Amino acid sequence: MGRFLLKRFLSLVITLLVATVIIFIMIEIVPGDPAAYMMGLSGSTEATEALRAELGLNMEPWQRYFSWVSGMITGDFGISYTYRIPVSELIIERTLVSVPLTVYALILSTLIAVPVGVISASLRGRFADTALMGIAQVGVAVPNFWFAILLVLLFSTSLGLFSAGGFPGWDAEFFECLKALTLPAISLALPQAAILSRVMRSSVLEVMNEDYIRTARAKGLSKRQALLRHGLRNAMIPVLTILGLQFSFLLAGGIIIESIFSLPGLGRLVFQSIAQRDLIVVQSIVTLLVFAVVMITFIVDLLYAWVDPRLREGG
Amino acid sequence: MIKFWLTTTLFWIGCLSATAQQNTIKVGLQLEPPNLDPTSGAAAAIDEVVYGNIFEGLVRINENGDVEPGLALFWNISTDGRSYVFHLPEGVKFHDGTDFTAEDVRFSFNRARAAGSSNAKKYIFAPITNIDILDPLTIMITLDQARPDFLFNIGLGDAVIVAEESVSSNASRPVGTGPFKFDRWVRGDRIELSRNVDYWGPAPRLSRAIFKIITDPLSAYTALMAGDIDTFPNYPAPENLFLFDQDPAYEVFVGLTAGETILATNNKNAPLNNLNVRKAIAHAINRDELINGAMFGNAAPIGTHFAPNHPDYVDLTGLYPYDLAKAREYLRAAGLPNGFEVSLKLPPPTYARRTGELIANQLGRIGIKAVIENLEWAQWIDQVLRNRNYDLTVVSHVEPMDINIYANPDYYFGYDNAEFQQIISDIDKSTDAAVTSELYKKAQRKIADDTVNGYLYQLGKYGVWKRGVRGMWANYPIRSNDLRDVYFEGSE
Repeated sequence: MGRFLLKRFLSLVITLLVATVIIFIMIEIVPGDPAAYMMGLSGSTEATEALRAELGLNMEPWQRYFSWVSGMITGDFGISYTYRIPVSELIIERTLVSVPLTVYALILSTLIAVPVGVISASLRGRFADTALMGIAQVGVAVPNFWFAILLVLLFSTSLGLFSAGGFPGWDAEFFECLKALTLPAISLALPQAAILSRVMRSSVLEVMNEDYIRTARAKGLSKRQALLRHGLRNAMIPVLTILGLQFSFLLAGGIIIESIFSLPGLGRLVFQSIAQRDLIVVQSIVTLLVFAVVMITFIVDLLYAWVDPRLREGG
Repeated sequence: MIKFWLTTTLFWIGCLSATAQQNTIKVGLQLEPPNLDPTSGAAAAIDEVVYGNIFEGLVRINENGDVEPGLALFWNISTDGRSYVFHLPEGVKFHDGTDFTAEDVRFSFNRARAAGSSNAKKYIFAPITNIDILDPLTIMITLDQARPDFLFNIGLGDAVIVAEESVSSNASRPVGTGPFKFDRWVRGDRIELSRNVDYWGPAPRLSRAIFKIITDPLSAYTALMAGDIDTFPNYPAPENLFLFDQDPAYEVFVGLTAGETILATNNKNAPLNNLNVRKAIAHAINRDELINGAMFGNAAPIGTHFAPNHPDYVDLTGLYPYDLAKAREYLRAAGLPNGFEVSLKLPPPTYARRTGELIANQLGRIGIKAVIENLEWAQWIDQVLRNRNYDLTVVSHVEPMDINIYANPDYYFGYDNAEFQQIISDIDKSTDAAVTSELYKKAQRKIADDTVNGYLYQLGKYGVWKRGVRGMWANYPIRSNDLRDVYFEGSE
């Protein structure tokens, strides 16, 4: 287990270093200048140059790369060009919206998908199975932003139960925050639940054909008992893979949902920063996302090892 | 009986919640300001929050574009038009409790005109030769020559008065003298202001103002409908404005901005450097079609680079009417009877993309093939504005009274005309209002005759507010949502 962890850790560090170089080079190549963006149509060249100097943009690229990376190691991500506050502050504020939203959405999607997958699999070929998988098919096909707009029109503008968007901030009442995240979480969760339930169903079906289930049945367990005691844990492995992928995807990929619900999340921050060429924010967030993806993969690997002891010994 | 009590209780609860709510206004904004310091950078979104609310200048521009007293109660101008003596009110304090005096005025102006200043409108301060403090509440500003637009210019957001003690943190925690003070900024979500109880002027009627950032045009609609916000002073979706117009719970006001929307043309590139070609383009443009198609009828046509609600505006929309036969004639005169191909680079705003698509179609009717290229703002600024690497583009020039940009030969229009430059320099020198007015008219005619650009329409300001909200600005002579006079009808 120790060697397994060490190997994983080393590959994590190398991945991150390579990622920072690639991200930095890509961002250097992109045309456009944050100072010129901020000056708009009326700014004189002189004022733009003054602003560039103020923002530290007239340093050599390699100097900026090293000050950025060395700063990051000590936890100093630099100052945002447009907002003029520490990047770390911005990222923390946004993460405090995006991570709870993602977790909320994944909990919802798991709570829906696992039972649906199991029920569907155990009633294979019957009407309930066809109906559930039919609904899941629609869920995969429906774009989440369209579904989000339907939710807003129904629950916000017509019924007035939820506000149409915005986030009160965690210093407000917890319930208010949860409420503000509910419609966005549902919009994110449903398409994911649809995918997940299909994976869950096929995984359960596969597991039920395994030898150990036949053995369990032979020793007298009912089909249901065999599934719950021995099958489910094994059926979870592909589901975990998908969940890990979905977490990374939702963390930054919720941008359209964040826009529709005017949520101050990470996705919108990245998008806005790219448009404004607030490059120091872009490169820091992208690096953090790489870090998050690598970490999640790492955690998923650990979970595999937990559900499947063979992986632990082999690792 | 029970029913009676129930209804009365519900009635009172309703009243209580109504009055409690009506001192706070929630204002929708499409673009979040990058920071809250109006004296650095040029984002219009900064002024939309802070101008007149948090920060004030010596003079104030009101919703009709007129100059009113601000932090200067009154002023005297010397007979040669060169020196201004401003008289400041007594007992004015910044939001952090420090006193406002003539020192702050001198500090603000000196900072803006200093070498290395990042003020986007440094030119406002360029004519200043001397700033003399006569006493703590009287300050004299001397210019190199008479400048009739100086008063208007120091009313802009770039010339507001800041304090030396707080200037470095104004970007994130602005401290001004205005009727509202900054409370907090939940980035990406909202900016909260509250009434400045020590305000030196008439107290504002609202106790709080919350600017909510709603970027998605459809979300602007749902937020208004769901009651999340009370007003969207510059509603981003003209296509569904009629829904609010039909709804008795809302009021819609289509006002004007200072945004001349133009088909900006690179006058240095062949064949657009040929006057006949530009005239052909002018005759091929159908403004009504653009206004109806792109702005759903809510915009005023223009024939030159000047705001149609300005008293000096000359209506030149009839100079080159939509006439394809004439357009083809001019193309033949230019030796290009079969047309040619040009690039049409469009920035991201919806008005620009929609208008650009229609223009490409209109130009196609006379054989000009406009190849559309959609750009982000940063790319647009880089390619079009800075490097003049374009043929045509559609953009709105939102700065007030900016016809003088045509006198800059290095500007992205590439228009270098000695006669026009002379007119602008005469305007700068003129002290006689009647003469200035004639010169402005002459300037408008000159750029229209030369069809430097295609003049399309004045961008509208689509104000939507709940019925009962009073005192919102109808027009945007400058980008400001000055809330000092806003109130809810029946709440007082």
